[in-house]
Formats: sequence, structure tokens, C-alpha cells
Amino acid sequence: MQLDAESLTESESSLSIAVLVSVGRHPLTGRPRRADQDARALEMAFSVAGAAPALLHAGPCDDPSEDALRCYLGMGGGTDLDSLIVLEQTADADIIPALADELTALGPQLVLCGTRAETGESSGMLPYLLAERLGWPIITGVAEIESIHEGVVVALQALPRGQRRRLSVRLPAIATADSAAPAPRASAYGPAMRGALTFSNTGSADDEARQDWLVSPARKRPKRLKIITATSARERFKAAAAKSQGGGGKVLKDLSPEAAAEAIQALLKEEGVLR
Amino acid sequence: MHNDNDSLPRRDPRWEWIARNRLHPLHEEALAGPATVRLNAHVWQGPNGLTRRDPHQVGFIAASGLKRIDRTGAQGATELNPPGGRKAATADARQFVTIDDPAFIVAVVPDLPGGRLSSHDRDLFGLARQLADADPDRPGAVLAVVFDELREDGFADAGADRLLHHVERASASRPATAYAAETRLGVLADVERELSPRHWLLPDSATGGAELGRRLAARLGERPAIQVWQIENNDTGLRCTGRGAAGATDISRALPRLVLALPECAEPVARTRHEARPLSLSLSEGLAYMPGRIQNLGAVAVDPAQVALSEAEFILSAGRGVRDWEGFHKAAAALGATEGASRVAVDDGFMERDRQVGASGTWVSARVYIAVGISGAIQHLQGIQSCDKVVSINLDPDCDIIKRADLAVIGDAAEILTALVALQQRESKSHAA
Repeated sequence: MQLDAESLTESESSLSIAVLVSVGRHPLTGRPRRADQDARALEMAFSVAGAAPALLHAGPCDDPSEDALRCYLGMGGGTDLDSLIVLEQTADADIIPALADELTALGPQLVLCGTRAETGESSGMLPYLLAERLGWPIITGVAEIESIHEGVVVALQALPRGQRRRLSVRLPAIATADSAAPAPRASAYGPAMRGALTFSNTGSADDEARQDWLVSPARKRPKRLKIITATSARERFKAAAAKSQGGGGKVLKDLSPEAAAEAIQALLKEEGVLR
Repeated sequence: MHNDNDSLPRRDPRWEWIARNRLHPLHEEALAGPATVRLNAHVWQGPNGLTRRDPHQVGFIAASGLKRIDRTGAQGATELNPPGGRKAATADARQFVTIDDPAFIVAVVPDLPGGRLSSHDRDLFGLARQLADADPDRPGAVLAVVFDELREDGFADAGADRLLHHVERASASRPATAYAAETRLGVLADVERELSPRHWLLPDSATGGAELGRRLAARLGERPAIQVWQIENNDTGLRCTGRGAAGATDISRALPRLVLALPECAEPVARTRHEARPLSLSLSEGLAYMPGRIQNLGAVAVDPAQVALSEAEFILSAGRGVRDWEGFHKAAAALGATEGASRVAVDDGFMERDRQVGASGTWVSARVYIAVGISGAIQHLQGIQSCDKVVSINLDPDCDIIKRADLAVIGDAAEILTALVALQQRESKSHAA
């Protein structure tokens, strides 16, 4: 399965990318829509020069979800993207085997998908399980693909606090798109209707572990209480009357500006925020 | 009479009665009397064993001319408000727990952002203790697996019985550019093979736990419970509840081996201390390590001005006290800090509206927040509630932000910022040289 570097260099002019897409759920209305991160993954695939993205969906496909899936096709106006492969599965099927088989048959060099689904378990495990099954490396939370050259992808990984980390990985690989990736383009109606859904009938394996789960609408989480372990009335009174986070700080008075600056710099260095 | 060798405190009821009776001719003598009568003149043990205080002997004369007794302890010790009665109990009341022969192991892999335990990590240790101490006859041990350099020594307080500290060394087979999640995964797989913990707990956080936990789940072939916020022990065994469908549903299921938990999944450990005994794996070079196919090419310089205020790690914030705005912007650029502002600075037109920190602006969560010329209105203090370290540069030593600040410098903001910039430039020059 591992493609050697030479064959990749030859086929670099048409890098094959598979984008795994799912049916999302609008957070307010609850209606089916294109999943946000999956759409960002497709947008990322468009951003790679000379790439030919193929769309792949595994799961049940009824009318509302078909409309949602066509939204991805609607993003392909002006590109070669005109079809979406649907691996039809039952609603509670384990889609990993079907997806892995299809990807093996398709043989893409790069697989892109969102970080987590918006429906179902939404565990975010799918890309990892696929990577483990195919034996490919996986990079997660990608904000931008900088370059693909001689079979090596250089990408920026989104970290918390707006930070970025540059990673390089050898193809074939799986990459997941972060919510910090560039916003997806709008979906146009014409290409969405013209595009073809190619149904591929594969057997679906039941996900047995899920049978015993109880799924309910999300409850509001209890607010954490401030636990006061006071032994005397005075301590309890103090805890109840205390202003939050009072005192404890160091106050420096009558310092020269240089000494004050040094004290501040020492703290900044200790915290490691200075670069 | 009282015998010095006698350990029992002896009381003399007659002298106690005289000491309480201000009209008694021997009253003064009794107050100044021997230690057997009273520990202090104003505190003594009453007949029922309660501590009694003489209100005439304590307190101070307030500015209003009235006598006041301060029970909060906020007032410093004065002649009339002696410190005797209000010593805080400093003795550590926590129980020290050692588990020598654990029945099983609960492994916790904390995130340690910046080398320190986050509150999420502490909650996770609390959860691990719940699982380890579920059966008091057969207690388990909580193992903390930590990597790289540490700036934290509070694992014993956090609730770890064992501590496995793995330091990554660059070598021929492990280049320095190895991707941390992959090398750590190799270590965790070694831990799994050698100690086979009953449960693995990781934080479901963007700082690394979410990725590492899912990689571990795929490697071990375990189906993890993700976004767990509650674990209950009922008659059907341990069950956990986690969020599904991107937070829209709750999924309740039997507790699996691998759990990725949300913040506030349990109370942090407060009543016990643990030993955090260092532990090492017998395999020095992990077998599970695969030569990394992912190269970490390092952090990318991000323009701090482009970072959203709510996400920024290091904020330099300006208020009414700033006069030299050019110097302020220069300082922010030199320190690499994101700029923030108080409401006054925004209203006066010195800063953009999207830079406002506080109740009507952005609630920030910076690790270091420097407030320059900000007095600390309550709305502003609300906005910086979740900041770790607050530094204030201010002229007024009595304003509210001084009480919140971890380091408060009283002085002229412009001069101090100029000195800070000069210091920083000197340092970067010596680095470059």
C-alpha cells in the first residue's frame, strides 16, 4: 500500500485527494446541513494546486441527507468535482470497514476529513481508526496545507490560543481539518443539482457495542459548587464574606523604572510567554 | 496548686470568677494572674469547654471614635486588637495516604500546558481517585504519566500515588523533530504492556489530550468514552455519561477502559495527600516506538495583533492611566503581546472596540495579563477572572487591581514600559550576538 516516492513524483501533476464528508446538523434548528468541518476540509482540498478531490460519504442516505450531501457538490462549481460516492450503510452501522475497503480500492494519496462529526456518537475516532487500519500517518487539526512536494505534505496545525505548528508528513496520509481552517465557499444550487451521487452497495457491519447505550438530549451540566471545608463558624463566615482572589500578590513600591521592568520581565520569563 | 510537670490544664474557678467580675477588688490582679488562670487575658476556656472572649479586652477604636472588634482578621494587629486569638490554622489537616500494594492501576495522562497542572488535569486526578478508591478494601493506585520538562511538583497534592516521568532524549533513532504525540504514544503503549492499567484517563482538551487519547484508543483497539462529564457507580456497575453529536446529546454507557473527560468531570482532590512515588519502566528504549513519519518543524510565529483577544495567551492592556500611546504600542510589539484595553481607553478612542476587555467587551483567558494604568473596575476584573497571572503597573497603590494582581508595580507606566522595551531589546541583541 505504501507508494514509493518515485511514483508520487510522477503523479504529482494530479494529486488524488479523497475528502470524507458527512451529514451535519445545524446547531440551532437541528436540520441536516453540510458539516462545517467537512466543508472546510473540501475547501482545503480545493486550495491544493493540481489536486483532484473525490468526495466520499458512508452512511444512510435519505432525502434530507441527500440535500445536505449535494451542498458539497454545490461547492464544486468551476472545478472538476461533479460526483459523490455514497457507500450506503444502515443508521447504526460501523462504517470503518466499508470506508477502508473503498479507500484501498480508490487509492488516494491524501485523505481529508473534519475533526468530529456533528451527529451520532461524534467521537472523532474515525480518522484515527482509518489511519490505524490503513497503516497511514495522521495529522490532526490542520488549519492550512502549505505545500505538497515530492510526496511530502507541509501543513499548519492549529493549536489553542491562535498558535500554529508546522508539521510535515509523507504521503499517503490522513489529515483532519480544524475549525480554524479557512471558511468554506458557499454552495451553489446549479452544480449541486447537476452533480451525480454514485451509490455503491457494500454490506454494512452492525455496531454491536452501541446497542446498550442510552442516548438522550443533552442535559445542562450542574454548576460546580464552592466547597467550604471550615471547622469553625468564624472560618465559614470568612469564606462566605471573602472577596474572590483578594490579596496574595506582591506589591513593589518606590522602585526605579529599570528595577520594576526587571521584576516584570522575570515573571514573564518564568511564565514562558516571552519569545 | 499547679504543677509544672502536670500535663493536664488545671483551673481555678475562684480566680476565673474574679477575672470575670470587673467590680471585684482583685480583678486587675486576676487578669494579670498566673498562666493557670488564663492563657490570655481576653481568651479563656469557659465552663462548658467553649472558648470565651472578654469583649472589653479586645478591639480597637475606629475612626468614628467607636470601639470595634474585628472578627475577619483583615485588620492588622494593634495594641488593642492583639493577634493572639486570630491565628489561622496552618497545620495541614489533610490525610497522607500511601498505597504500597495496589490492586490495580488507574493511569492518568495530564496535559500539563506550560509544564503545570491545569484545573482540567486536577479534575481528572479527582476522577481517577474516585475510580481507584471505589472499593476501600482493595484500593488502586493512580499513576500519572508525564512527559518532558516539568514546572510542577504538586502531583502528590493532586492525587497521584505513582509518577512516571518520561524525558524524551533526541538520538539517532529519535530525531529532535519527532512529533510529540507519536513518541508519547509509544511510551503509553509501553506502559500498557508493562502495567496494564485498569483505566486510562485523559483530558478531552485541545491542548493535546484529545489527540493523544484518540491515538491511544486506536492503538489499543479500545473504544473510548469521549467528552465524559460524569461517572456513577450504581447497581449495574460503573457507568459514564458523555456528550455526543457535538454536544447535542448525552450518551450513557458502561464505563470503558479508556475515558476522555471534560473539565469539571469530578472534584479535585482536597482532603488527602498522596506520595507520587517515582516509577520507571523496565524497558528503557520503548519497543512500541515507530520511527516518526510526522516531522514537527516547530512553532510558527503568529502575529499577536491578529490573535483573537479571547484566545490570546499574553495580553498587554491599557487604561485611563496611559498617556504615551505610541510607547504602549511599541511595548506590545517588543514583548510580542496582544493588545487589550479597558472601557475608558476604548471610549476615548485610543483603541478599537474589539480590543475591549471586561464585562461589556471580551472575557479573556490569558496566561499573563499586564494591566497598564488600569484601576480595576469590577466589570474589568470580571473580564480577567480566568487569567492566571495578572501584573499591574499603576500609580495608585490603593486601587482594586492591586488586590487581584500577582505582581503590582507602583510607578509611572510610560517610564516602566520604556525600560521594559529597552531591556527586551538588549536581551534580543545579546541573543543574536
